[in-house]
Amino acid sequence: MTARQLSKIAKRVGFWALIVLIMVYAVFPFYYAVITSLKPSSDLFRVELWPSTWDLSNYAQILTQASFLRAIFNSIVVAVSVVFIALLLGITASYALGRVRFRGRSTVLLVILGVSMFPQVAVLSGLFEVIRTLNLYNNPAGLILSYTIFTLPFTVWVLTTFMKQLPMELEEAAIMDGATPWVTITKVFLPLMWPAMATTGLLAFIAAWNEFLFALTFTLTDAQRTVPVAIALLSGGSAYELPWGPIMAASVIVTVPLVVLVIIFQRRIVSGLTAGAVKG
Amino acid sequence: MASVKLEKINKVFGRDHIIDDIDLDVGNGEFVVFVGPSGCGKSTLLRLIAGLESITDGELRIGDTIVNDLPPRERGVGMVFQSYALYPHMSVYDNMAFGLKLAKTAQETIHERVMSTARILQLEELLHRKPKALSGGQRQRVAMGRAMAREPRILLFDEPLSNLDASLRVQMRNEIARLHNRLGSTMIYVTHDQVEAMTLADKIVVLNGGRIEQVGTPQQLYQRPATQFVAGFMGSPTMNFMPAQLLANDDQGCRVHANGVGELALPQDAQTLPQSAALTLGVRPEHLRLAPPSGDNRFEIVNVEYLGNEVYVYLEPKEGNTLLIHRSEAPSQWEEGQHVALVPDTQHVHLFNESGTALDLPAQRQAA
Repeated sequence: MTARQLSKIAKRVGFWALIVLIMVYAVFPFYYAVITSLKPSSDLFRVELWPSTWDLSNYAQILTQASFLRAIFNSIVVAVSVVFIALLLGITASYALGRVRFRGRSTVLLVILGVSMFPQVAVLSGLFEVIRTLNLYNNPAGLILSYTIFTLPFTVWVLTTFMKQLPMELEEAAIMDGATPWVTITKVFLPLMWPAMATTGLLAFIAAWNEFLFALTFTLTDAQRTVPVAIALLSGGSAYELPWGPIMAASVIVTVPLVVLVIIFQRRIVSGLTAGAVKG
Repeated sequence: MASVKLEKINKVFGRDHIIDDIDLDVGNGEFVVFVGPSGCGKSTLLRLIAGLESITDGELRIGDTIVNDLPPRERGVGMVFQSYALYPHMSVYDNMAFGLKLAKTAQETIHERVMSTARILQLEELLHRKPKALSGGQRQRVAMGRAMAREPRILLFDEPLSNLDASLRVQMRNEIARLHNRLGSTMIYVTHDQVEAMTLADKIVVLNGGRIEQVGTPQQLYQRPATQFVAGFMGSPTMNFMPAQLLANDDQGCRVHANGVGELALPQDAQTLPQSAALTLGVRPEHLRLAPPSGDNRFEIVNVEYLGNEVYVYLEPKEGNTLLIHRSEAPSQWEEGQHVALVPDTQHVHLFNESGTALDLPAQRQAA
């Protein structure tokens, strides 16, 4: 065996070792959460890499809690609404910003980008006042409003970039065919923008689904909470016990839909994020 | 079908005067070609007629209506784009039906129109395909079908063939010409290719720097270019130009001295010009004759191009570095390195004054 072959094998081994390392780093916490959720509470602190017993009592416990089911429902309502509103506003805004020439267009784009640069904590108290004034405190609508504010900049930027790449002549052809801007957007551009919309929509969904700080601040009662807050506020039998089992079960339950969504849309996401990078 | 009338049309983008006071009549059923170098404003002029750009000043009539402020769909125009701009997610049928659907046409009428357009353009087999499954020529036909399906009064073409390869271009050119014969509709066609202009047009409009240089039939433009620009633009290979001085005027025309060629008696009328005025003499490659060198009339052959049916001979003048071209039928007796004299056919020589305007012929003088 020559030195060259040896070094080739060494490189390959190193490459795969690196991949395994990254995989473990990324997946292990979630894997451990899954394992923990499958253990009875007596076994909780015994470290195991493979559960010796399969116990679904944690899932049963969490899924029979009315407040948790309610929280899932709230999360779905909030996240779906955020995605819908963000895409609607994002598409129409990106048409204006990507297609219509007007003075101050780049300023508007920069301001939109600027909005997303503030840390959540910085706007928390101001936003709280806004939500109080609008009478949206302890109401999912308040969450929809605040998530949309933080989702829109990204949505608008990605969609504007995408919109700019659609050929000008396509729009002009639609104009010659007698299409109004609204018809051009819905009948001509929308069908071509599915990859970009799947990407931005999914990222908006994930952001809204996982958001914690606003959800904690702007809601008060169990009936209005979203899942991240509900999980954090799960309480055990006594003040000194954290119910790790049910918490992990709940975490797994709320993570699975995201994983499924990403798997469904992953091809679209990749083509959406790279679309236009190379002429297709 | 309708006529188009442009009166003092202007278009200004910021500080740039793209279209400068253009007057033009396009008759009912006429095939008019706008031709010119890139940046001459030909596409802008077409877009002004289409309604994709707003007219800064002037009046545009289609039929009897002033359409300056009408949106494209109310002007009754259809347009074929350079990149075709087909809707990629729609089938050929839907591409053609889109405009009709937006106009709230009845379903049966839509079907009828699309089918009859498809029949004319031989697209019947392709109606259910998406644009990406079509060849360049087929896409081109779909783009025309989409513009035709709404039965516009005027069809506009914006360099429709420039994305096709050479042989397909010739074929589509032919199809467009036959389409015009068959439909008899008014068509306005923009191209930078003078061959397309010559072969398709009833009337050519040569544009340069936002102004009309000349309007005329292909024959008029080729045989009697009004300006040096038109003379140089129409025809391939291009017309030969050489500096000349006016020597004398008489009843028969004028006598000029062309650099390198010598004295020539020409039929042009130069009465209005002063003695020894500087002129430019223009002669097409096929109107030159080569002879054995005599005296000062001596040019070197630097290259001979054999094209099968004809031969181009490139000649180097003593002054200046623009090669002169001679065209003759193959075979040719001339070879590289030989020295020859140039003998222009004086009946086919053009003279231009310093501002590039052609001097009149006596016949034109009498007619005027």
